[in-house]
Amino acid sequence: MSLRIVVAVKYVPDATGDRHFAEDLTTDRDAVDGLLSELDEYAVEQALQIADAADDAEITVLTVGPEDAKDALRKALSMGADKAIHVEDDALHGTDVIGTSLVLAKAIEHAGYDLVVTGMASTDGTAGVVPALLAERLGIPQVTLLSEVSVADGKVTGRRDGDAASEQLEASLPALVSVTDQSGEARYPSFKGIMAAKKKPVEALDLADLGIDPADVGLAGAWTAVDDATQRPARTAGTIVKDEGEGGKQLAEFLASQKFI
Amino acid sequence: MAEVLVYVDHVDGAVRKPTLELLTLARRIGEPVAVHLGPGAESAAPVLAEHGAVRVLAADAPEFADYLVVPKVDALQAAAAAVEPVAVLVPSSAEGKEIAARLALRLGSGVITDAIDLEAGDQGPVATQSAFAAAFTTRSRVSRGIPVITVKPNSAPVEAAPAAGTVEPLEVTFGPLATGTKVVARTPRESTGRPELTEAAIVVSGGRGVNGAENFSVIEALADALGAAVGASRAAVDAGWYPHSNQVGQTGKSVSPQLYIANGISGAIQHRAGMQTSKTIVAVNKDAEAPIFDLVDYGVVGDLFQVVPQLTEEVKARKG
Repeated sequence: MSLRIVVAVKYVPDATGDRHFAEDLTTDRDAVDGLLSELDEYAVEQALQIADAADDAEITVLTVGPEDAKDALRKALSMGADKAIHVEDDALHGTDVIGTSLVLAKAIEHAGYDLVVTGMASTDGTAGVVPALLAERLGIPQVTLLSEVSVADGKVTGRRDGDAASEQLEASLPALVSVTDQSGEARYPSFKGIMAAKKKPVEALDLADLGIDPADVGLAGAWTAVDDATQRPARTAGTIVKDEGEGGKQLAEFLASQKFI
Repeated sequence: MAEVLVYVDHVDGAVRKPTLELLTLARRIGEPVAVHLGPGAESAAPVLAEHGAVRVLAADAPEFADYLVVPKVDALQAAAAAVEPVAVLVPSSAEGKEIAARLALRLGSGVITDAIDLEAGDQGPVATQSAFAAAFTTRSRVSRGIPVITVKPNSAPVEAAPAAGTVEPLEVTFGPLATGTKVVARTPRESTGRPELTEAAIVVSGGRGVNGAENFSVIEALADALGAAVGASRAAVDAGWYPHSNQVGQTGKSVSPQLYIANGISGAIQHRAGMQTSKTIVAVNKDAEAPIFDLVDYGVVGDLFQVVPQLTEEVKARKG
């Protein structure tokens, strides 16, 4: 029986660009080029490795976002995912993490799944809560923040490295897995992969297709509100000295003046 | 007065510092009620009381240690039903954020993560967060349900404010999802004797310029002289010179200590995302053009192998 894997990914503004908020205090997506969130590449990679180890598996990559978000799907398809789902709807603008998890959960149910794989967090919002929210909504075990993962005999096992301890986890499928950047380098798409991706199916869905009331998403449907966003003032130029043999002592003097020593 | 639930992060009843910081913040919006799950509530209670907990709701069951996250969500949900709080505060650890998210969804409430400050407001607590690698500061609030907010370590002072801190049992019924993810084995991380990176008041970090695992002893010596945690840039971690658990940056840990000392770190956006909210920033780097110098309060352009040992000796001498 085929193992159905859904990988949820996000299209994010390039972190090396000059990211801003738009006037309505949502992320300004026009100011900076977007790309597949780097942390989601690890999710796609682990899904591909799990699929390779299975007798028969199919990987669907899923994203929620504007037209440009297709770029993130194309990247995942060129890495080797089999097909894609793109949820796009004007009403989604300004959706918070709770709403995002609703849309993703409905789309995952629509796709059909045995295993959901995500990155540990997006590189724009960085909250890291969507994996746990998805597990809660889908009513399946969360096996999250894994640096190692494997799937066999209807079970997922993995290692979670926390601050205090390293834990070995186990859950039965269906389950949700999130992986860290320690799970293994993501592969580069090959030329063949890039060409093949152009022919792979991308299913387009909107909120009506998923049976979601637009009032439950978007800025108006968000359960949190951003009241203001201010650019941090550029730090006032600090003191910079060139070491001419006394640099360490000068630095100690500064630390003492600030009462650190 | 309105009650605020505070989730207690502890190791067998030894309360971790971020929880004490949460108690300070909780008092700005109401009376803190601490929720202690797992063993050790009796030893935690006096500490929680000393920092303002009017009550300590305690539950202990093997499920908290044997299964991931969800048993704790069940318990907090039970606490929220028993107390009807005006907010729930949870430390912004990886697990804390997962607990907060699931709890919020169950309560029909919005969730805010990684707050760096918290104030009472007309429409409920207002949380300050930093966004886009700390280039922006936002102020947000939860607009629906009981605000569930996670707060980063070092966001508030630890202040004594003695309260009753009476321990009361919390009845928890575990739901069907509680036993979904089994913790098959747990290996405690070997203690370095240094403070935990995200909680430390001072962080001393090394990057590409450290140029080798063995050279990190120079960084560690300074950290030990200052009682600091050791951090590493992604370049240093990827090169295998220092463990990933010490990585500061976008894909590692986010720190905001009182003092951050960057040694041999150029200051790429990836790293800045993890340390830019540090109160005082100091850098030592050979390259005068390194972007890290745009962030610093004090910078030394020089060879870290000359400057850092000299600084370490000076710190030791001054501390006597």
